[in-house]
Order: sequence, then structure tokens, then C-alpha cells
Amino acid sequence: MDNSFLDYYNIAPVTSWINDLLCSIMPQGFAYLIEGLVIAVALILAYAVFAIILIYMERKVCAFFQLRLGPMRVGKWGLLQVFADVFKILIKEIIRLKNADNLLYELAPYVVILASILTFSCLPWHKGLQVIDYNIGVFFLLAVSSIEVVGIILAGWSSRNKYSLIGAMRSGAMMISYELSLGMVMLTMVVMTGTMSISGIVESQANGWNIFKGHIPAVIAFIIYLIAGNAEANRGPFDLSEAEQELTAGYHTEYSGMHFGFFYLAEYLNLFIVAGIATTIFLGGWMPFHVSGLDGFNAIMDYVPGIIWFLGKTFFIVFVLMWIKWTFPRLRIDQVLRLEWKYLLPLGMLNLLLMAILKVTGLVF
Amino acid sequence: MNKFNKYFKDAFAGLWSLLIGMRTTMKIFLRAKLTEQYPENRDTLQISERFRGELVMPHDENNQHKCVGCGLCQIACPNDTIEVITATETDAEGKKKRYLVKYEYDLGSCMFCQLCVNACPHDAIEFSNHFENAVYNRETLVRQLNHEGSSLKSK
Repeated sequence: MDNSFLDYYNIAPVTSWINDLLCSIMPQGFAYLIEGLVIAVALILAYAVFAIILIYMERKVCAFFQLRLGPMRVGKWGLLQVFADVFKILIKEIIRLKNADNLLYELAPYVVILASILTFSCLPWHKGLQVIDYNIGVFFLLAVSSIEVVGIILAGWSSRNKYSLIGAMRSGAMMISYELSLGMVMLTMVVMTGTMSISGIVESQANGWNIFKGHIPAVIAFIIYLIAGNAEANRGPFDLSEAEQELTAGYHTEYSGMHFGFFYLAEYLNLFIVAGIATTIFLGGWMPFHVSGLDGFNAIMDYVPGIIWFLGKTFFIVFVLMWIKWTFPRLRIDQVLRLEWKYLLPLGMLNLLLMAILKVTGLVF
Repeated sequence: MNKFNKYFKDAFAGLWSLLIGMRTTMKIFLRAKLTEQYPENRDTLQISERFRGELVMPHDENNQHKCVGCGLCQIACPNDTIEVITATETDAEGKKKRYLVKYEYDLGSCMFCQLCVNACPHDAIEFSNHFENAVYNRETLVRQLNHEGSSLKSK
């Protein structure tokens, strides 16, 4: 297999050139510090920009599913609406509660957003453009994404509000349960690709996306991943932790201003992260779409930069998740847990076994 | 064994019903949207014929209306919205005849029940679709429905 097309838009030489340049004019530690700061600022900026895009997309998609048009007044097609909302939320007062546990109350949104940003930084955007790339990347991903549940439970506990507490407990029970399924799916795909590094998983898909190479077990794993990922993001039919009708806003009832904004941002970015990881693991990350045999078609696909492939696939998954959210009614907590423990987890285990058998017998590629 | 079968049957039936739901919502997603872009689409705005915007008295090209001034609409109105002012004249044959002087209608107290239109024996009044009725003071809402110098349409 000729993989030379992968180097076409490689970013790595540019980044290493910048690194060498900085190291040549200043001490190495100082250069790394500057690079780290620049990357952190870039990440947080990208985080905010994607949150704005996603909120706009959510409002439009939701409106279209309800035969409405969504925001249309602020800017052309309402494009500036979300910017206006963000600036409004930035200037709002952050209310301090009298009886809340103030340290934990103010820590919770930062824990949630920290987990979200850490997971966000694991996404492979492009060849050579990935911030955190360990050889145990999948483990790191699962570990940091589960910090979020700590933040949610802290928020519910420290608010001293029974709605917050009920919402947080539901959310905690749900997220801890669905993490098992998520882990099973990740294991299945690790068995298939034989590597835990995220860049390794992407590169192993140069000759075909995992969902095509892994056929039956990969498709099953993909479906389980979409369900469990939706639950992890506290969205869709699994938004019972912030069920408006019964719990006002769930765990973030008592939050105002930018503290609430952090929960809100994290919720939308988790949607993007779930979609991005689905893209990475199943749909080839930034790899272009190839059909074996059609060389002309493949060559054209190679000219599309990897970041466009990544974003295109990710926003496609985001759309599917929004489609699911605006179609299905909310589940009860017992139904949520039954779905996980009685259906998804056994299915995930069997699927892992199936994948292992197929891998050993050489039936997946 | 029965329970075992039920487990799989439930799982697949549930999945199938979810897919049907997603097909339905996708159809709706692709359908034309219902939202009216109101001030911008004034020219193309479609309002249902039966919508009651305000009470009007249609006049024909000779400035003639059909109101005989019987006052049935005034009696039918639950809010005292309508005031029919009439006068009598004696015609050439010596018969006394009532005619309409002023038909006063207060849009501000109208509740658009259409009882006046239903009460009218001559179809002299009707509700129009015009709904942009906002004004800066309430006196402007009191309107005279018969035009200046109009007369009764002869049969």
C-alpha cells in the first residue's frame, strides 16, 4: 500500500522547524514553556469557537426538526446570535450562595471544563496536528473524560439544592454505568487495530476505515459507542440529569453567569468530542475516503486536506447525535440503567469476544 | 426459553421502532418550514380568509353601503363596541324612513366574537384580514365605518 499521500499535507515538519528555531535562540525549557502556552491558548480558542459553532448548529437543527427556522434576526440567518448570547453571559453576575459549600461550588465548573478540555486536546485534527499523543492514548482519553462526573457530582452536592443533588446523582449513576460500555467499545477497537495510541489508530486506517475493515463487530461497536457516548455527553434521550420538567436544570440549577456558561460549553463540546472520537476510531480520523480500484477518485480525495476530512466526518456524527436527541423522548433512570446493564454491556462483551475471534482467525483486515 | 426469546424480541423491536421514529423526524426535517418571517414578508403574507382582524363596512364604487341602520349589531354586541347613529327622513310618498348617519366602532373594546356580523340581516358589515392595528392612543381606535357622504344601496 502506497502511503505517500499521507505526507502531502503533513504539519509535523512545520512544527518541528518552529521548535528548532525557538530552541536555537533560547534555553530549551523556556522554548517548551512558550510552545505550551501558545498551544494552550490555541486550544482554548478552538474550544470556544467550536462551542459557538455547535450551539448555533444545535439551535438550527432543533428548529428544523420542529418545522421552525431558528434564529434569523441577528446577522444573516442569525449567524451573530450566539456571539450576542456569549457576550451577554460574560457580563452576567456570578451569584454566590449563602448556604452552599463555597469552595466546592466554585471548583465544580472548572473540574468539568478541565476534563472536557483535556479530552478535547486528545483529538487528532490532522497529520502531525495532535496535542496529546501518548502510546496509551485511549486509556488517557477514558481517564480524563471520566473526571467530568466528579465535577457534576460536586456541583450537585455543594449547591445545597435537592434538584441539583437529584440531577447529579442521576448523572453520576448514568455516566459511571455507560463508561463501562465505552471502555468495552474502545477495547474492541484496540483489539482490532493492535495499538492504543490515537495517532496509531488513525494511521492504521490508511488502507480503509475501521468500520469497513472490521465489518460486523465494528458496526455493532459503532452503534454501542453512539448510544454510550450520547449518555456520556448527558444529551439526547439521556438528559435526565437536567430534566427541565422535573429538576429545573439539574446539577447546574444554582449556577449563573460564566459558571453556568462553563457547564453549557462543556456540554456542547462533549458532544463534539464524542463525535470526534467516533470519527477517530471508526471513520478513519483525518484519513480521506478511498474506494479500492478507483485510483482517479482516490487521488482527488487525497487533495482534500485531512482537517477538512476530520471536521466533515465529525460534524456528520454531530448531526446524527442531534437527530437522535430531537427524535427520542427522555428515558427514566431505571430504563437508562436497564439499557446499559442488561443490553449494552452484555452485547459489548460478546462483541469484544467476536472481534477477538475474528482477529485471530484473520477475518478482519 | 420464553424469557430468553422475549429479551431478543424486545431488543430488536425497540431498535426497529427507534429507526421508524428517526425516519419520521428526517421527513419533517426536510419539509418546508412553517415560520413566517413577518415584517419582511408583508407582501407575500397569507392569512386565512376567516381571520378576524377588524370590523369593516364594505362600500361599492358609488360609495354606497348596505347598512339600513337597524341597530341589530349594536344590540348583539356584548361589549358596547358599536354605536349606530341614525336619523329619520320623510320621503316623497310621505313615508318615514330611517337612514344611517354614523356607524361608530371602537376597536379597543372589540373582542372579535363576530356576533355583530352574524346578527346583520343585510351583510353590511364583515371582518377584514387587516391586523396591524397598533396605535399610540386609544382615541384613534374609535372609528367611523361608513365613509363620508355614503348612502344606502338601493335594492
